[in-house]
Amino acid sequence: MSKFRIAVHITPRKGLLDPQGKAVTDALHTLGFSEVKNVHVGRYIIIETDAYDAIAAEEAVTEMCEKLLANPVTEDFEIESAVPA
Amino acid sequence: MPRPGDPAITPALIAEHGLTRQEYERLFAMLGRTPTFTELGIVSALWSEHCSYKHSRPVLKTLPTEAPYVLQGPGENAGVISIGDGLAVAFKIESHNHPSAVEPYQGAATGVGGILRDVFTMGARPIAMLNSLRFGSLESSRVRYLFSGVVRGIGDYGNCVGIPTVAGEIVFDPAYEYNPLVNAMCVGLLHEDDLIRAKAEGIGNPIIAVGARTGRDGIHGASFASEDLSEASDAKRPRIQVGDPFTEKLLLEASLELIKSGHIVAIQDMGAAGLTSSSAEMAERGDVGVTIDVSKVPTRESGMSPYEILLSESQERMLVVAKRGHEEAVREILEKWDLTAAVIGEVIAEPVYRVTEGTKVVAEFPGSRLVTDCPSYSPDARESDAIRTLRAADPLAVPERSEENDPIWTLEKLLSAPTIASKSWAYRQYDSTVRTNTVIGPGGDAAVLRIRGTNKAIAVKTDCNGRYVYLDPRVGGRIAVAEAARNVACTGARPMAITNCLNFGNPTRPEVFFQFKEAVAGMGEACRALGTPVTGGNVSLYNESPSGAVYPTPVIGMVGLIEDLSHVTRATFQHDGDAVLLLGEMGGELGGSEYLATIHEAVLGAPPRCDLDLEKKVIDSLLEAIRAGLVSSAHDCSDGGLAIALAECCVADLECQSGAEIDLSTWGAIPNRGVLFGETQGRIVISSSTPERVLEIAAKAGVPCARIGTVQRTSDTLAIRLADSEMKAPLGRLRHAYHDTIPSIMSRTPEHTTFDELAPVAAH
Amino acid sequence: MKFGIVTFPGSNCDYDAYHAVTEILGEEAVYLWHKDHDLRGSDVIILPGGFSYGDYLRAGAIARFSPIMQEVVAHASSGAPVICICNGFQIACEAGLLPGALMRNSHLQFVSAQVRVRVENSGTIFTNLYETNEVLRIPVAHGEGRYVASDDVLDALENDARVIFRYADAKGNISADANPNGSERNIAGIISEGGNVLGMMPHPERACSPLVGSSDGVRLFESILARVAA
Repeated sequence: MSKFRIAVHITPRKGLLDPQGKAVTDALHTLGFSEVKNVHVGRYIIIETDAYDAIAAEEAVTEMCEKLLANPVTEDFEIESAVPA
Repeated sequence: MPRPGDPAITPALIAEHGLTRQEYERLFAMLGRTPTFTELGIVSALWSEHCSYKHSRPVLKTLPTEAPYVLQGPGENAGVISIGDGLAVAFKIESHNHPSAVEPYQGAATGVGGILRDVFTMGARPIAMLNSLRFGSLESSRVRYLFSGVVRGIGDYGNCVGIPTVAGEIVFDPAYEYNPLVNAMCVGLLHEDDLIRAKAEGIGNPIIAVGARTGRDGIHGASFASEDLSEASDAKRPRIQVGDPFTEKLLLEASLELIKSGHIVAIQDMGAAGLTSSSAEMAERGDVGVTIDVSKVPTRESGMSPYEILLSESQERMLVVAKRGHEEAVREILEKWDLTAAVIGEVIAEPVYRVTEGTKVVAEFPGSRLVTDCPSYSPDARESDAIRTLRAADPLAVPERSEENDPIWTLEKLLSAPTIASKSWAYRQYDSTVRTNTVIGPGGDAAVLRIRGTNKAIAVKTDCNGRYVYLDPRVGGRIAVAEAARNVACTGARPMAITNCLNFGNPTRPEVFFQFKEAVAGMGEACRALGTPVTGGNVSLYNESPSGAVYPTPVIGMVGLIEDLSHVTRATFQHDGDAVLLLGEMGGELGGSEYLATIHEAVLGAPPRCDLDLEKKVIDSLLEAIRAGLVSSAHDCSDGGLAIALAECCVADLECQSGAEIDLSTWGAIPNRGVLFGETQGRIVISSSTPERVLEIAAKAGVPCARIGTVQRTSDTLAIRLADSEMKAPLGRLRHAYHDTIPSIMSRTPEHTTFDELAPVAAH
Repeated sequence: MKFGIVTFPGSNCDYDAYHAVTEILGEEAVYLWHKDHDLRGSDVIILPGGFSYGDYLRAGAIARFSPIMQEVVAHASSGAPVICICNGFQIACEAGLLPGALMRNSHLQFVSAQVRVRVENSGTIFTNLYETNEVLRIPVAHGEGRYVASDDVLDALENDARVIFRYADAKGNISADANPNGSERNIAGIISEGGNVLGMMPHPERACSPLVGSSDGVRLFESILARVAA
């Protein structure tokens, strides 16, 4: 077993209404950033874990996302490659 | 007329849209031709149970709906009653059961949003929210997930909009394990002059879409099965609705300003079946034609078809009929609140419901037949033999458990049953004090809100014991109304009117339809006897899972009026030395009781009788005593019986606790468990410093009333003497059982640990 | 005296503040629109509670950029009184009118309850009609009310007697049990260095009548009148 560090991005599920993203978009427009098209606010999670190898670590984190970290009904998630910690 | 790319109308597509062959033939006859795909979608939505009430309408028509003070009965966005001084109260309850089963947080939040819009579109400012919730056993981690998600959803939405959530009830029973019930009620206040109805009028008046943009949220499930539609099938899948309470708050302020401004003639929420049902219903009420151009509807996503735009259930949207020439004024008001408005159609003289995409007609129905020609059914109704057998069982034949030798054990066990225990864990997450009108908040018999500028208040409450309705729907229906009436009366209010949310199983099953018919009949009897007409409500059918239907649960939302703020009465004991009185009969009935369910895991026996004449007299004498200033506290005797009611009077309010000495020894003819935990109806625990005068009022009315003890503010026990024994329950133990149970269960697992268990549950 | 109550999109306690000032104090109040640059001659500004802009990014983060906030900041710099309640406190911290920040409650849930706060300093323009160590009953209703700041800032607040209210039990004891949100050092309310900006999570405007649970908030508003009259 070795130590790995894996980052996960969790974002509102594509196509769903994103009130937070919309409010921030509007605020940026008000501040003069009129070129901003869309904002989506999500969560960034860093997991440090023991695993046999990087692939096993990524698989485990995928399962963690499906079970706990992301809400499959309302959120999408994306896992960055595992790096040795 | 069909659009390029529309799927062909086949029997399979018709079936996917939930239309029977007969219903399709009815549609074909109405049009005199094959419908387009868009038309099929429109009809499938409008003729769905949710929009059309096709199984429930004939039965609902038997309910009483009139009283001199009813300004608006069923058929509008909400019912409205006058409370004098030129003021009126608008209120309605609605279910969001299935969305909450799929995604508890958003499901409950959008339920709150929808009912708020139903009330403020009548011209009323929402002043209170209530919730009636049913879940399975809290022992299940999935139920804890649902419970915590629903509570957060209700809280986050209501708190953000700034409407206090003040009352409701939460019941836990395995019958709701896979199908929770989430019913939200909103109460609003308006000047009678500001009352506005959702009735399209005035040929040439523009129809305006207001608020959030339209996305693909909650579109009828039928669409994504069609191959012809799917460039990207994932994007077409029906999606859950996400609530945006911030936009709702803006919409609320803007709508009330619009209504006051006089620039508009009608306004309606785009709720279930979205643009389709709001436009068709407004046209039907006004007996006018309308034309809508879907290409003018602001959308959130590109490439949306007319079918999708018409059926989208995106939240926080309104449909407004403005006065012709006032479009700019309407737009200005909306812009002030950062909301967009788009003219998307017009009221027309031609009796037709027409939808175009640009200039091209994509759907057209004659007159208002889209709404009026909707089918109506009276399915078979037959009581299930199994339930008849259950009802015939004798509760006293259930042998006592050995632990029951110690009645304090039983009392503690019942007080800690989640259905009875304090729900502060949930209520603390609801802002109950914003708007500073809350005189009695969550946890009382009913919530009380003062009416500013008057010396009056209103009392509001939701109620229903589904177990009673299950065992005897006629009696259970009566009790639901009677108990809600008693609850508001306990705070000093005269019961005025109800709204109802009828949660039942699949109506095409004869045993379910029997429950529905009988429960509504029982409700109607009680409403007539107590003088509380029905001003509207909602029917939610098909609340079933593979393990069966939920208990039939006709939730009653009651509104009562307190004429003088000095009449406001609390549930818990207030003053040392006050006499404790039991207004009503001892009875001792245990059928369908919480005692049997919690202590013996048994659901059997006939539910308690409901003598409506006596109920009326009990309420009248209670109110007479309260108005004469004779009552220090009044608490309804319900789930768990007299012993639980007394314990609640002692420990429910942590800032005002009392002991009491109670003597029930005169009822030796009734078994002890019947005396302590029987749920005989029409009973109220009163404390008073002038008991003789209360006894006098009761005697005059012919209502049994007995002095049963004394309040002891400094004592730390609830002592109850029975014919053959005595119990001295330490308040500390009762307090612990009542207040600590739900927090301790909810601390067992953190939220969100159970997403994996969520997947198998889908919407019906 | 004229009170100006700022309405941001999503404010929902502006109405309660308005009624506290007009009905209970009998003073004049005006609503100030977030898009305006005009305080309309107000002597005292109230930033009320609510969910300005939905609190979608961070509570108060977007509201601080409103046009009206430039005027509120100028008003505060001139030494005039500003009362920042709940969401108003969050906005004031984001805008730098007050030090520290308000974070999600430690138990992660919204909390709505009648709480007790102990008056820590009765020498301010907001508290001169209270006694030091007096215990008040005032409701809270917030999801993000946990006051945090660096130890230096906290020490400075304490040393300058700028901690005005602390969560306490009914007897005035400061304890973790009495702390509804996990605020550092049980801090419920603070004032600015100049003493003219008050930030507090509890809602004094909701504690202005025994009918709705408490009238302990009335003297906070009356204190300002008393100080100006003196």
